[in-house]
Amino acid sequence: MSKPVIKLENLSKQYRLGTIGTGTIAHDLNRWWQTKVFKREDPYLKVGDTNDRSHKGDSEYVWALRNLNLEIEEGDVIGIIGRNGAGKSTLLKLLSKITSPTTGSIKIKGRLASLLEVGTGFHPELTGRENIYLNGAILGMTKAEVTSKLEEIIEFSGCARYIDTPVKRYSSGMTVRVGFAVAAFLEPEILVVDEVLAVGDAEFQKKAIGKMKSVSQEGRTVLFVSHNMASIKNLCSKGVLLSQGSVEFVGTAEETVEYYLKQDAEAYKSGKVIDKGGSKDIEILDYKTFRKDEESRSFYTGDQLTLKIELKFNEFIGSVDMGINFNNANHELITHITNLDEHVSISGNKGDSKTVTIVIDSINLAPDSYRIDIGLMADGKPLHILENCFEIDIQKGPNIGRLGVFPKHVKVFTPTKWQF
Amino acid sequence: MQDSLQEDDWTIEIYPKSKLLDLNLKEVWKYRDLLVLFVRRDFVAVYKQTVLGPLWFIIQPIFTAIVQLFVFTNIAKLSTDGIPPLLFYMSGNVMWAYFSGCLSLTANTFRGNVGIFGKVYFPRLITPLSLIISQLLKFLVQFVLFLVVWFYFYFDGSSSGIALHPNWSIILVPLLVVIMAGLALGSGMIISALTTKYRDFTFLLSFAIQLLMYGTVVIYPLSSAPEQYRSLILANPMTPLIETLRYAFTGSGSFDWMYLGYSFSFMIIILTIGVIVFNRVEKTFMDTV
Repeated sequence: MSKPVIKLENLSKQYRLGTIGTGTIAHDLNRWWQTKVFKREDPYLKVGDTNDRSHKGDSEYVWALRNLNLEIEEGDVIGIIGRNGAGKSTLLKLLSKITSPTTGSIKIKGRLASLLEVGTGFHPELTGRENIYLNGAILGMTKAEVTSKLEEIIEFSGCARYIDTPVKRYSSGMTVRVGFAVAAFLEPEILVVDEVLAVGDAEFQKKAIGKMKSVSQEGRTVLFVSHNMASIKNLCSKGVLLSQGSVEFVGTAEETVEYYLKQDAEAYKSGKVIDKGGSKDIEILDYKTFRKDEESRSFYTGDQLTLKIELKFNEFIGSVDMGINFNNANHELITHITNLDEHVSISGNKGDSKTVTIVIDSINLAPDSYRIDIGLMADGKPLHILENCFEIDIQKGPNIGRLGVFPKHVKVFTPTKWQF
Repeated sequence: MQDSLQEDDWTIEIYPKSKLLDLNLKEVWKYRDLLVLFVRRDFVAVYKQTVLGPLWFIIQPIFTAIVQLFVFTNIAKLSTDGIPPLLFYMSGNVMWAYFSGCLSLTANTFRGNVGIFGKVYFPRLITPLSLIISQLLKFLVQFVLFLVVWFYFYFDGSSSGIALHPNWSIILVPLLVVIMAGLALGSGMIISALTTKYRDFTFLLSFAIQLLMYGTVVIYPLSSAPEQYRSLILANPMTPLIETLRYAFTGSGSFDWMYLGYSFSFMIIILTIGVIVFNRVEKTFMDTV
């Protein structure tokens, strides 16, 4: 049985959204007053939303990590994956002691070195050699340690010729090489690595990955965060999937990547609709899209698109605001429509069923597939937020004359009239 | 039994809050090589690609003193307590330059090092300490310059009719430097902690240092200050330090154990507050900076 070298218990980290500045003194005082004078719980600790980028929650505070529990055993090479905002970077920051947890604890056995960046603290005026010493010391090496490995570090970096030239004369690739070379000769028991392997040329990446592998073969523990599923599968023995600040899945690297990709695909393929809000006062029974009068999920640019959303009121609600997001395949919010723009309001008595029909005269989004989110709000509070309800396809319609495709990154089509 | 043994075996334990006065000097000691390298970096990097290099350390105080000599002695005709004006100004400047240099640099600790602090952990105290030390090197160079000028006036004293009376209190000079360093470090750490949230202090500091110089006996002796303001000027913990230095080397100026003791206690208090505030902030400043 291997023993745990890292133990995370109920680890949480809260962040405050918006600009820090105005109002903070008031909040700080309130927080201080409540916790220190009245010995109450921190008033802002309770109201935090889960960290979800796509929706504006009603709280200024957000949990980047929430009650995360994890044990990592000696010699494990752990790949940490998750969507943007799942808490990967926050976890790395906490492990590296860059910032403190809000609640919970971290226990670590052995020396931990973290590589969130290569070449941290490089001073442009100093030479490569001087920077190797400086960077090594920042990463926790002693001068003697660096000296004993200096030859190897220089050789590994492949920059021997420029080692006595100020770093400001280096190309960015060379700087990275020198930085990584220093890091590669760190000898911690636990190594925490962010996606630093994504830099440098192919030859250097190979070298870097080789080094990572040899580190793990020496029985040291590695935590590796990456978006690159291939390198996770290639390098790691175990995988941890984070989702909204907690651990969602732990398994072998293969299993975890499989699980993540499957879940990802499902969520996008309209299979799994995530509802944030979950109010009982009103329900969204169904949603359909129509092309002209026929139900359809694919459209041509310029088509008339009709959305029909069936609502059931379980309580009287005087005014419901509806918002609909169109997200493209890259998760970018392309447009948002709401009844508020048209100065209409939706209301219903207890027991009413209503079908809200929204007509888009001419859908002029660039050809792509779009995922639709539907949100219902009342009094500024979310009742339902359905993410990825369904997907619609938009194809180049007859109103677009050009023969080829749109230039990359074009998001909308703008119909025009030309005169000469 | 074995379980509990293993449980206690953690090398690093991270909790949301730490002890109030957790200096963690052991860790600082472990990173002493980094301290040395930071000092070296600060010292070397500043004058890279300059022709005169560290000579700037000497040029600055010479020209400052000459300009002060011209403005304050020749035009404004301020008293210098019977000390040769050039020597008088240099003694004030060498002290004030160290204090203000340390203060303005340490006050920028968190903001100026976001790039490094955001990516890697080392005891944050290393940064202000390295600044205090690299400024000390600069101070030493300028102090030697002061000594050279002093020697000139001392041996030339009989011909110019101004006699300097150095005395036993010269041995207090190291203590003066320690108090100055502590004052600058303490207040610098407090301000650096505050600027992570409230940027106003950056602006405040830059002109406060300038104004504070006039509240210190840099360009005038304490004896020439009007009686009603004297206690105010003495409340400034830097005043006894500069007065003591002048007294030690020239015999004029004032020396009082009580005032020196006041500066010392002031330093201890501000340094303690500084360390507490700094420790508090270093844990989470990345979230607010």
